[in-house]
Amino acid sequence: MDTAKAVANSDEASLNQEAIKVEDLHKSFGQLEVLKGVSLTACKGDVVAIIGGSGSGKSTMLRCINFLETPSSGKITIGGELVEMHADGSPSNRRQIERIRTRLAMVFQQFNLWTHRSLLENVIEVPVHVLKVPKSQAIVRAHELLERVGLGDKADTYPAYLSGGQQQRAAIARALAVDPSVMLFDEPTSALDPELVGEVLTVIRDLAAEGRTMLLVTHEMKFAREVANHVVYLYEGRIEEQGPPAEVFGNPKSDRLKQFLSSVA
Amino acid sequence: MTGLLDSLGLAQSAELLSLSPPGWGRNLLRGLSHSLQIAFGAYALGLVIGLFGAYGKLYGGKVTRDLLAIYTTVIRAVPELVLILILYYVGSDIINKISAAMGGGRVEINGVAAGIWVLGIVQGAYATEILRGAIQAVPLGQIEAAKSYGMPAIMTMRRVTIPAMMSFAVPGLANLWLIATKDTALLAVVGFNELTLETRQAASSTRAYFTFFLAAGFLYLMVTLFSGVIFARIEKWARRGQPSLTGAGR
Ligand SMILES: Nc1ncnc2c1ncn2[C@@H]1O[C@H](COP(=O)(O)OP(=O)(O)OP(=O)(O)O)[C@@H](O)[C@H]1O
Ligand SMILES: [Mg+2]
Repeated sequence: MDTAKAVANSDEASLNQEAIKVEDLHKSFGQLEVLKGVSLTACKGDVVAIIGGSGSGKSTMLRCINFLETPSSGKITIGGELVEMHADGSPSNRRQIERIRTRLAMVFQQFNLWTHRSLLENVIEVPVHVLKVPKSQAIVRAHELLERVGLGDKADTYPAYLSGGQQQRAAIARALAVDPSVMLFDEPTSALDPELVGEVLTVIRDLAAEGRTMLLVTHEMKFAREVANHVVYLYEGRIEEQGPPAEVFGNPKSDRLKQFLSSVA
Repeated sequence: MTGLLDSLGLAQSAELLSLSPPGWGRNLLRGLSHSLQIAFGAYALGLVIGLFGAYGKLYGGKVTRDLLAIYTTVIRAVPELVLILILYYVGSDIINKISAAMGGGRVEINGVAAGIWVLGIVQGAYATEILRGAIQAVPLGQIEAAKSYGMPAIMTMRRVTIPAMMSFAVPGLANLWLIATKDTALLAVVGFNELTLETRQAASSTRAYFTFFLAAGFLYLMVTLFSGVIFARIEKWARRGQPSLTGAGR
């Protein structure tokens, strides 16, 4: 059985600690079954690294969690709240989805900043318009966040004038601005030139250190080993192996994982 | 001044074009004002139709998409002059039938309103295609980002899609505006006193064809030049955040 984490036999306290719980998630694109029953639990403060070969379904899984992709079946519980789904997997309560999405901040491989808005405008956009935070308050907070990711002097710059690393750090500031309960990272450094990867990883490392709950799809094995407290290896739409990083990287059991690790090393 | 005009043989023209009678200048300006009112109205109506049309074509159901395909194809296939004749006469016929059915008499069709409707429907077909293309050119990731942060669909359209598509749409929309100003001339055929009809009347009453049509041409040219300045500004605004090819900073 591939129930994800050994949840300390669910007493009430630990239930409340579950930030994300995915149960038996399936997803098909037409005939192609991409996720074949994935279950995963992330508790508050967990940093879960998701690794696996190209096409193994990592992005699809992450995108199903905030319903950017409609699951085919399964159960998803966010912060103890079960997402209402129709039989076909589509969300049945649009309001609920929109509310839940504001608590799950996604950081994309391609940054996906809004190019017609300055960095400051990007960062305040969701707080002001979706969360209805007073604008002046959002601006103060946005400046703090941009400062924090090292872009304090770029608040009025448009994304296209920045390097990939700077754009990704801005995207992280945008994610932090909604004060998310979980951050979802989908290969945040894969689109970056090698010399820019470090600056983004530094920011993510800080976030992990301050106890942010994160799901992190990454190809940076060294980094995953360092920041994650739980590693999930996905193979062809199933969780092939999972556990603490020392186990998964230091003493892999499955042959596929061994092979994968040696291929990326 | 008078001496100069005299020596160039233009004194007569100046008199014909003067704003006070017996000059026809005031008539031409009234025609221009009507033309601009119709162009503005039709353009605005066309943009509204175009926005709904574009979204309908992209996200609508099968029936919506089929109906819109028929609309844009037919309107763009048939010559504008023919469309104007059809829409104008069919439109006023329908209005009169309705009025008669409700026991009313013949309705006086307001020329400006009729012109706005007729040209607006034509403009809408072109605007639909321009905006559809522009919406499709917006990187999907930007729309997805909005969605992933819990933005409702309408807010995403207002805050992300429409501003982001503007830079793709503005050049096409600028063309469409110029077409709108010139298409108003076609309304002369249904007897609406816009600039071209006023010009023709002035010309045939005075036999000074050359003077009046040159003056009208000049007015149309001024409208175009002025529009060019305005749209250049709009385009600059719409392209904010995009580095220009020449590399001039932001
Ligand atoms: N929208 C889609 N339509 C059809 N097939 C899709 C779609 N999105 C993903 N797939 C397929 O699903 C499979 C899993 O894709 P996914 O993007 O989840 O992989 P991944 O593990 O993130 O890979 P990578 O490391 O390359 O990002 C792939 O075979 C892909 O071709
Ligand atoms: Mg991926």
